[in-house]
Parts: sequence; structure tokens; C-alpha cells
Amino acid sequence: MSDYILDIDKVDKTFGGLHALADINLKVEKGTVHAIIGPNGAGKSTLLNVCIGKLAPNSGTVNFDGQILTGMHPYQINKAGVVRVFQTPEIFPDLTILQNVMVPAFAKRDGTFTFNFWKSMSAERKIRQEAEHVLEDVGLAEQMHNHSGSMSRGDKRRLEIAMALVQHPKLLLLDEPTAGMSRHDTNRTIDLLKKIKERGMTKVIIEHDMHVVFSLADRISVLAQGRIIAEGTPDEIRGNPKVQEAYLGGAEL
Amino acid sequence: MSMATPKQDMVTMALFTAAVLSAPLWLSPIGANYPDLLQKFAIYGIFAIGFNILFGLTGYLSFGHAAFLGVGSYTAVWSFKLLSMNVIPAVIFGTLLAGLFALAIGYLSLRRSGIYFSILTLAFAQMCYNLAYSVLTPITNGETGLQLDIGDPHVLDSLFGIEYTGLPSTSLFGLQMTGYSGFYFCAVILILAFFLSLRIFRSAFGMKLRAIKSNQTRMMYTGFNTRPYLLTAFVISGMYAGLAGSLLAVTDPLAGAERMQWTASGEVVLMTILGGAGTLIGPLLGVGLIKYFENIFSALNEQTLHEVFAFLPDWIENLTVAIVNPFVGEGWHLMLGVLFMVIVIFLPGGVMEGIRRIADLPRKFRRKAEKRRQEAEHAAALRAAEEEG
Repeated sequence: MSDYILDIDKVDKTFGGLHALADINLKVEKGTVHAIIGPNGAGKSTLLNVCIGKLAPNSGTVNFDGQILTGMHPYQINKAGVVRVFQTPEIFPDLTILQNVMVPAFAKRDGTFTFNFWKSMSAERKIRQEAEHVLEDVGLAEQMHNHSGSMSRGDKRRLEIAMALVQHPKLLLLDEPTAGMSRHDTNRTIDLLKKIKERGMTKVIIEHDMHVVFSLADRISVLAQGRIIAEGTPDEIRGNPKVQEAYLGGAEL
Repeated sequence: MSMATPKQDMVTMALFTAAVLSAPLWLSPIGANYPDLLQKFAIYGIFAIGFNILFGLTGYLSFGHAAFLGVGSYTAVWSFKLLSMNVIPAVIFGTLLAGLFALAIGYLSLRRSGIYFSILTLAFAQMCYNLAYSVLTPITNGETGLQLDIGDPHVLDSLFGIEYTGLPSTSLFGLQMTGYSGFYFCAVILILAFFLSLRIFRSAFGMKLRAIKSNQTRMMYTGFNTRPYLLTAFVISGMYAGLAGSLLAVTDPLAGAERMQWTASGEVVLMTILGGAGTLIGPLLGVGLIKYFENIFSALNEQTLHEVFAFLPDWIENLTVAIVNPFVGEGWHLMLGVLFMVIVIFLPGGVMEGIRRIADLPRKFRRKAEKRRQEAEHAAALRAAEEEG
């Protein structure tokens, strides 16, 4: 069907003897939030790594918006409109918070390579405004001239979300966006992600925190030992005894 | 790191220009105001500014930039021999050919990063050095070095009816490049080179290079193909080195292979780190320090030391001279080594970090005083509360 923006087709990945991903089929509908949950080591991050070109699958393809991402270079996948927020914050620690957001804004405008060393940064008003705007959205505007290297972990994660949003991706991949955050920060992040949801951006989110998953996701896939064992709406997943057995150890959701 | 405004940059440029052009005046008290040394300051300043664009911004440490210095020198001398004694074509060709070499060496070396990149650049430079001594002798004139001959054609010059009797000297449209005119030619080019580097530092291009230094992997997931950026920075810094090399030939039209040796590559690394990599002015300070040591301290001997310390009582004078003597004259490298170690250990950001720390001192004192005042107030308030209670 054409309104699937992401179509992961029979993806297989092994590390030595370990079958990290076994015949994964996953379709994500345009404009929805699709959560992938599962115990540690289930292969969730591996799946995202395959999507952004960090890892090559042994077989199978990742199709996105009419293009085959498998085999593309990471920067080409970014250009296709797929942007990932990493699990451990990947920022530019030597730059200021504002500059951290301006770099991806330049990437969006300038393509993979441009060579204009004559125009001063202070003349790049439009890019700066865009970056400031996004920093306001994530609540980092007040400290934007500070060094990013000394931020708290929660702030770094919000900065990373800002770095992704400034590129207006078609598909946003979020790898445990609230891991290690306080309850207060988690709720702030949920609010932020809900705001983006209203803008119609497609999102795939990996998360351990069920509170986050159930307040955001339209559909949920459950991954265990490299296989998808269940898929459905949050209500279906909540009531699925197989999921409760395999993943939640029988605990009530 | 907050960005300077365009107005601040203009002030920087004005101060820099004034400082360079008036160098013969303010360097005279320390005995460094003779043209030969001033030229070296300017030329190696250009070399280090260019090296800093690669190393300071991207963090890629090249150990082979002397190769481009040498290519620039050889090309310039050939331009003098074949085309014209005018320095303009020599400088242009020297810069361009060094750029081509940088493109080839950079393209291959940038397939690796970190220590492997450094080793590759070192290997290429040593290859150039050895080729210049052996296979390429027809071009480089081997150990003797490439120099002007009486029978050189000077095609362009004879086209304009300029004939030379005896060995000609380099000139800028008739103005001979010796003494102070030679220095001012290099000085003007240094100012232009500094201005270009300032623009690069302030541009989005410069910020992207800094971002590569900060987290190269992240740049790829941000949608940048990092290799063309690195190659551009490499070629620009290679062209700066070629420019410096051709200026060396302008002030003394002789090119030898030793200019390409790894010690020359190492020297520019030392200069940049000593002054402060990644800062605009730092590399120039490093150049000043090293070239000053090389030329002034190396000229000192026991007798001059005795004269300097003559005001001390005899036995202290003798002791001081005995301690200082190994560090000057032929031992100036020892002095430089000690200085380098002290700076790298205590000021990893080079001389510039030292300057920044000194500039921050008043603010630090104020903060401390403020803290003490608050503590005193706090204590007083506590005492008052206790007395009331």
C-alpha cells in the first residue's frame, strides 16, 4: 500500500553466531507514531542502525518513500529524510548549543557539501532564526550560547531532538528518548513529542518506559530475540497474553 | 566559544595590519628588527596560519606539510629561471602547484584518520624529499640545490626587453626584493593570508570544520559528506604552505631538498601547538617564539652572557652563566625543548591559553571577593539570628 512510508522487508542480521534480527517485516504508516518495544538485547537498536545505514543487513531491504535505503551512505539516508536521535547523546561537545543546531540546519540547506568560506556566520540570519525557533520549542533557548559539552544528560537529549527537528525530517527515529531522564523531564519530552505528532511527522520510537509508549504510540511492535512476536494498537498489545508472557513477565500493564 | 561580531573582526584586522607593518619599530628593542628575520617571521607566519586551518579547525594532524613548502620553493625558482625575475608569477605558480600536490596527497591520506593519517602524510613528504635528492635531480639539482644561473632564459623578461648582466635579483616590477622591500612584500601577503583565514574561521564552512573535529561520525548522520570538507581544508593549507615556500625563494632564490625534510614539517606543528592550535593569532605567536629563539638565542655565547650578567657579583655571575650557557648558542634547541614541554604540560592550549587565563584573572578575583563578601554577610546574619534567638 502506498501510504506506508517505511517498509522494512525481510531484514536479517547476524553478528557471528548471534541472530540479532531474524526475518523482520515492519511497515510504518505515514504520519503515525510507531513504537518498538522489547527486552534488552531484542535487536531494537540494531534495527534502527540498519535503517540509518550504520549497519548493513545480511539480507532484506529497507524501503523508504519510494527509495531503497539499504546500501546507501549515512549522509544520503539523512538527505532522503530519515533522521535519528541517538540513545547516547551524539552532539558536537566543542560547539555552543546554538551552533549544534545550526550545523544540521546548514546540512538541510547546503546539501552534502558546499564551499562558501566568504560569508560570515553573523550574516546567516535565517539559519540562526530557524535554530533559535527550534531551541525555544525544546526549551533550551535561554542557555543557547552556553557550551554544549557541559550540559546535563537530559538537556543533551533535548538538544539532540532539536538537532533532528531543525532538519524537518520525513521520518524521525527516536532511540529511547527519555532513558535516564527524571519524571519531570520525561513528561516534558512527551509533551514535546506530542507537539511534533500534531505536525504530521512520521516517527518510530524505541522505548522502555511504557508510560511514554502508551501516551504516544499509534501502533506497537514487540521485538524479542530478533523476531517480531506481536504487532497492533496499544490496546491490543496491552491485552495480548503472549506479550505479557514473553516480555513483561506476566506483569500488569 | 562566542562568535566575534563583524565590527570586532574589523578592529582585529586593523590592529593586526598596524602591528605587522610597524614590526620593524616595535621589534627593535629585542634586537629582532633586521629584514632577514622579519621576513622569516612573515613567511613562517603564513605557513603556520595555513597549517592551523587544517589542524586547528579539523583536528587532522599533518606531518608532511614541508613537502608543499618545498614544492612552492622549487616552482618559484623555476619561474625565476624560465619566465621572469618578477615575483608575481613565481608566487602564483608556487601556490597553485603546491595546491595540486596537496590535492593528490590529501586525497590519498584522508582515506584514514588519526595517527594513520599523520603517518601517511609523513610518508608522502619523506617520499618527496628523497625523490628530490635522487630521481628528480634534473628538476631539483639534488644536493647542490636549485639556483639561478647566468644562462637562464627569463622568457617573459626578454619579451619585455629586460636583459640581465650577471646574476639577476628578484623584483616586483623593478622594485628589488632585498632588505625592507622584501619584508614589506611578505608582510602585505601575510596580512592578506591572515584576512582569508579570519573569513574561513568566521564562516559556516569553518564551523562545519570545527564540527568535524568535535564529532565526525555525527556529521555523517547529520547529512554531511565529510571527506570533501577535509580535502578542501587540506588543499587550502597546502596552498598556504606553497605560498610560504615561494616567498622563501623570493627573498633568497635558492631551493634545497632539506626544506622538505620531516623536521621542517615538525617545526610547523610545534609552532602551531606552542602558540595555540585553533586560535587565529596563536600560530603566529608560536612562529615568533621559535624563530626568535632560532635566530637570537643561537647567536648568544659565553662572552655575551658574561656581559649580560655583569651586574651580578662575580661568583654568582659565573654560576648563572654556567647554568644558562648550555641553553643558548648551539644549545638553543634545549631551551626550545624545555619551553615546549612547560607549555604543553601547563598550558595545553598554548601561549593563547596563558593570555586568556591572565585576562580572566581580574574577573576571577572579583568573583572570589564577591564570594567572600557573601560568606561574611551570611555569617553575620547567622550571628544576628543567634543573638535574637
